[in-house]
Amino acid sequence: MSADHALPASDEQLTGRLRMYYWMRLTRTFDERMVSMWKQGRGVGATFSQRGHEAISVGAGLALAPDDVVAPLHRDLGCYLVRGMAPDRIFGNLLGKATGVTGGRDANLHGLGDLSLGIIGFISHIGLSMPVALGAAVAFQQRAETRAVLTFIGDGGTSTGVWHETLNTAAVFGAPLVVVVENNQYAFSTPLSQQMRVSDVASRAEGYGMHGEIVDGNDVEVVYDAVRTALERARSGGGPTLLEAKTMRMLGHAIHDGAEYVSAELLLEWEQRDPLAIFEERLLASGVEGRDLRRIDRRADQEIDAAIAAAEAAPLPDPSQMERGVYVA
Amino acid sequence: MTTNADSRLAPSGPETIHRDLTYLEAIQEALRVEMRRDPSVCVLGEDVGGTFGGAFKVTDGLAAEFGDARVRNTPLCELAYVGMATGMALMGLRPVVEVQFADFITSAFDSIVQFAATTHYRWGGPVPWVIRAPSDGGISSGPFHSQNPEAWFVHTPGLKVVAPSNPADAKGLLIASIRDPNPVIYFEAKPLYRSLRGEVPSGEHVVPIGRASIARSGSDVSIVAYGAQVREALGAADRLAHEGIHAEVLDLRTLKPLDWEAILASVHRTSRVLIVHSANRLAGVGAELAAEIAELAFEALDAPPVRLGAPDTPTPFSPPLEEAFRPDADKIVAAVRDLVRY
Repeated sequence: MSADHALPASDEQLTGRLRMYYWMRLTRTFDERMVSMWKQGRGVGATFSQRGHEAISVGAGLALAPDDVVAPLHRDLGCYLVRGMAPDRIFGNLLGKATGVTGGRDANLHGLGDLSLGIIGFISHIGLSMPVALGAAVAFQQRAETRAVLTFIGDGGTSTGVWHETLNTAAVFGAPLVVVVENNQYAFSTPLSQQMRVSDVASRAEGYGMHGEIVDGNDVEVVYDAVRTALERARSGGGPTLLEAKTMRMLGHAIHDGAEYVSAELLLEWEQRDPLAIFEERLLASGVEGRDLRRIDRRADQEIDAAIAAAEAAPLPDPSQMERGVYVA
Repeated sequence: MTTNADSRLAPSGPETIHRDLTYLEAIQEALRVEMRRDPSVCVLGEDVGGTFGGAFKVTDGLAAEFGDARVRNTPLCELAYVGMATGMALMGLRPVVEVQFADFITSAFDSIVQFAATTHYRWGGPVPWVIRAPSDGGISSGPFHSQNPEAWFVHTPGLKVVAPSNPADAKGLLIASIRDPNPVIYFEAKPLYRSLRGEVPSGEHVVPIGRASIARSGSDVSIVAYGAQVREALGAADRLAHEGIHAEVLDLRTLKPLDWEAILASVHRTSRVLIVHSANRLAGVGAELAAEIAELAFEALDAPPVRLGAPDTPTPFSPPLEEAFRPDADKIVAAVRDLVRY
């Protein structure tokens, strides 16, 4: 498994909002290239578009301190990238290559765990990362370490029993845990109205006795500030936080899903609030030069081109190794 | 014949003192020894902490010695607290989880089978936890406080499964399970908790995972058992000896990985094998044993491998029903007589 993904030399100087823009753009470019590869038949199995989720995954990911731990899901690509998971390792995983994060064992964006980067890989049973993230938080608390844990879940995931068990237990323990709900209006084809009878998931925080907050999930700076504050609260003994980030899943659940069940009007409404576009607009209005953003765009293109080329050229896993690693030797 | 006749076991050190402990006291001693040795070892579960010390009092006194953080009471949430143990283990702790009754382990099934068991294979995350599951019946506990669900976990890649039959192994296998870098499910036979006493070495007594033990030597038939059924098998073997039938009792001790070397060696010695477990016979651990023995030792056998287990029925509550349901020494004696006559 390869080492950390360092920022290219030319971008190491990127700070603050330009750095934020770089990660947003890298995530968007990765996603667009991935989607077109799958449409061209160059993919293996399924994959999951990230479109519309970049502000949450990047904003929350950037808010983490180096020693914090995160348990992301399948629409949190930006978070994996920000934590230092190299794009070629992720493309390698998407293509089932030996160089992928899981060496061809777990599928597409699943199971992208790497403890050296402080990332816990998830399983398809949505909700099951929640108690694992809580356990990591409890470990930090037990050893009196000032570290916090971040995890994500979708609106559909909030209907599971393990969601309830985890939030209640996190509150009882006062655990340093931050849960970001990516409320993207649909769980596969099921709209929010068939998932819950409340308009805000965050309103449930009160019922657990924890801090709850609603944030604009399409505004990367808002997400960053809210997650950073929540993580600081967690590290300083203030207990867990439930953050609901409102957004929209702009494409289907997975690549094979045309999402015909989503109205064109709803998509159009959210398209006006595209997280990349609103952030770029704000940067330009604040005096950032367009050519600086385009330079970052080109850098992202080059990085993703190189990652795809490396992943496509990488070897497939050796079937003779298939039974290895079930157990720690 | 004595327990621990297995010559592959490391001898105890010269300073080792053997004391008589109950099965329950031996489990408790293992927890205390490991918690004193290693600050990363901790205990969690429902009612395990404080001054209460667990539904069966296995963790009694641990909170007083090690504090509430290392002996952690959880809310009623099997799925969450097993998931928590996975997260704690990934961060370098060695949690020992008590599910109050093995029956309730199903409420944690996803956290065990889907998450913890697959993690190392998928992305290399080590999950060194132990789940202690008080199992088995015979004490009128009804359908939901008597179960033996070990076969589900033996069927799951990535888990190890142990089931000690006596106090010395209860201690030694728990210490081995805590030190193992993989998720281990430790089935403790609650009918033995206070009813079985035996010599237990003091200190860091380790019984390696994956090693069966010959609980009694014999030449006519092998009785392969584990957990509470080893005591029944030993009782049956005593009675059979009076009839001139010399039964060997092989105590599996570990159900995953199985000690095929010891199992096949015993079958080769006796040419007849009876497999006994408290769990349902259908698709139980005995089914795998019988199939593998038939495949690998067919020519050594003078009779088909025979299995004795519970019927395909939930565990009934009322004493005559449960007695009819559960294998015991009487049923083992009858099955061996048939097997020897084959």
